[in-house]
Amino acid sequence: MLDTGKIRPDFPILARREHGHRLVYLDNAATTQKPRQVLDAIVGYYQTSNANVHRGAYGLAVAATEAYEDARRTVARFVNAWAPEGVVFTRGTTEAINLVAGSWGRANMRRGDTLVVTAMDHHSNLVPWQILCQEKGATLRMVEITEDGRIDLLDFGRALQARPRLVAFPYVSNSLGTVNPAAELTRLAHAAGAVVVIDGAQSTPHLRVDVQALDCDFYALSGHKMLAPMGSGALVAKPALLDAMPPYHGGGEMIERVWDDHATWNKIPHKFEGGTPNVEGAVGLAAAIGYLERLGMDQIAEHEQALARATIERLTQIEGVTVYGPRDHRAGVVPFTYGDIHPHDLATILDRDGVCIRAGHHCTQPLMRRLGVPATARASFYVYNDVDDIEALVTALRKAGELFGTVPA
Amino acid sequence: MSDLGDLYQQVILDHNRNPRNFRPVPGANRTAEGYNPLCGDRISLEVRVEDDVIRDIGFQGSGCAISKAAASLMTAAVLGKPTAEAEVLFQAFRDMLAGGADAPGKLVAFAGVRAFPARVKCANLAWHALHAALQNQSDPVTTESSRDF
Repeated sequence: MLDTGKIRPDFPILARREHGHRLVYLDNAATTQKPRQVLDAIVGYYQTSNANVHRGAYGLAVAATEAYEDARRTVARFVNAWAPEGVVFTRGTTEAINLVAGSWGRANMRRGDTLVVTAMDHHSNLVPWQILCQEKGATLRMVEITEDGRIDLLDFGRALQARPRLVAFPYVSNSLGTVNPAAELTRLAHAAGAVVVIDGAQSTPHLRVDVQALDCDFYALSGHKMLAPMGSGALVAKPALLDAMPPYHGGGEMIERVWDDHATWNKIPHKFEGGTPNVEGAVGLAAAIGYLERLGMDQIAEHEQALARATIERLTQIEGVTVYGPRDHRAGVVPFTYGDIHPHDLATILDRDGVCIRAGHHCTQPLMRRLGVPATARASFYVYNDVDDIEALVTALRKAGELFGTVPA
Repeated sequence: MSDLGDLYQQVILDHNRNPRNFRPVPGANRTAEGYNPLCGDRISLEVRVEDDVIRDIGFQGSGCAISKAAASLMTAAVLGKPTAEAEVLFQAFRDMLAGGADAPGKLVAFAGVRAFPARVKCANLAWHALHAALQNQSDPVTTESSRDF
């Protein structure tokens, strides 16, 4: 387990009191808190190095450009990208996936093609593909999940028989915590001739990611789910694919030469980074990666899995609690329901004890329909959580049970 | 600091557990859907109006205790009332949740919701659906389509 006694003081927000209780933040799958090392890096950037990037001929602009491009190299190293130019900074996972849909998809999808997603995909790895398929007259095929919340490999195989042009799936499910066999799914999809897009929003913060070992074609990640600022993130891609793709956003920076009626494009990754980029976001993301690497990604994964196991053990001792998702191969995400108490009521009641959990459909409405529930409650962990947080969760849940009286399952 | 007991009053817990008029309405001539896209709460309201009087009303769907109890108490409050009176109650309920005076009768049970801004939409959902049904609006009501939710 990580030494949370040493980690927690790095996070100023954890000193906040909520209704007279210490803050027990268990909504890390939604977003994570930021350590002062990240906050300091952002402030430090503005205090010492701020200028617009890639265009100034003066020393300060060179410093800003270096900070930005250093951050790109840091992200590339962190996920073992094919090359730093295969890392396009985006506002997050959603924009990264929309970039693939809007650029690669527009150029390559044709009427009658098939595109495969899974029933556990977040709306951000579903709706962009729905829009693309509707525009192109292509077929969207959703792969079913098993009863215990894993991708149904038989149905995945059936979907591949249509020889889809693109296959998209999450490495880790934000609603179930399932860790999918991403390398295996990629190998199967490639064998069927598909390009593979992995939603890495929930994997990159929590386990060691090696995109070259996964061998996917596109990998999307969000900074804010891994201690970095909101509005930071990246699309990591095979450079040859990016090279062949048309631009996504037109504007400054992404061009090479501009004429009255047309333009030529800058090299990758700049071709996809029209406009002044979020340099503070990139700098913050690099600082967050530094923080995570000092803790060790394997240690982080082990810590969260231990917390998830302990939470599941404690929750299943409470009569009426149902925990969703697979027994094994799961990350630090624990979705549950408690009898007939609606998850929103649970979230309100827990909040009075300072316990922050998520309640709702978690941006996975097709999945909720399959689980047969309108909503679930979800506790999700990160590096600053410890067993005391689990105790606080359990204590608050028992209060909810008392308030609502008997809670038939 | 407001207490949880102010929000989850016994009458609310009771109507959540045993919602009144939780059923379809035979011969309904006004219907409306209420939907909260943020949390997935969904109610389907059916009303039979004759001579500008609410002769029957029922709801179905799923939601949190606040939205379900609000729908239940609403149906009980407006059943048998002239539509104009139901609209007055709608206004009074909305005003109460916006920080105004207490609404009449059992509806005052929702006064505690004022201290939980994140839950005001839950309490308002059924009332907005009723308003839409009485106005004969056909589009589903969502909590994101109205400023005063």
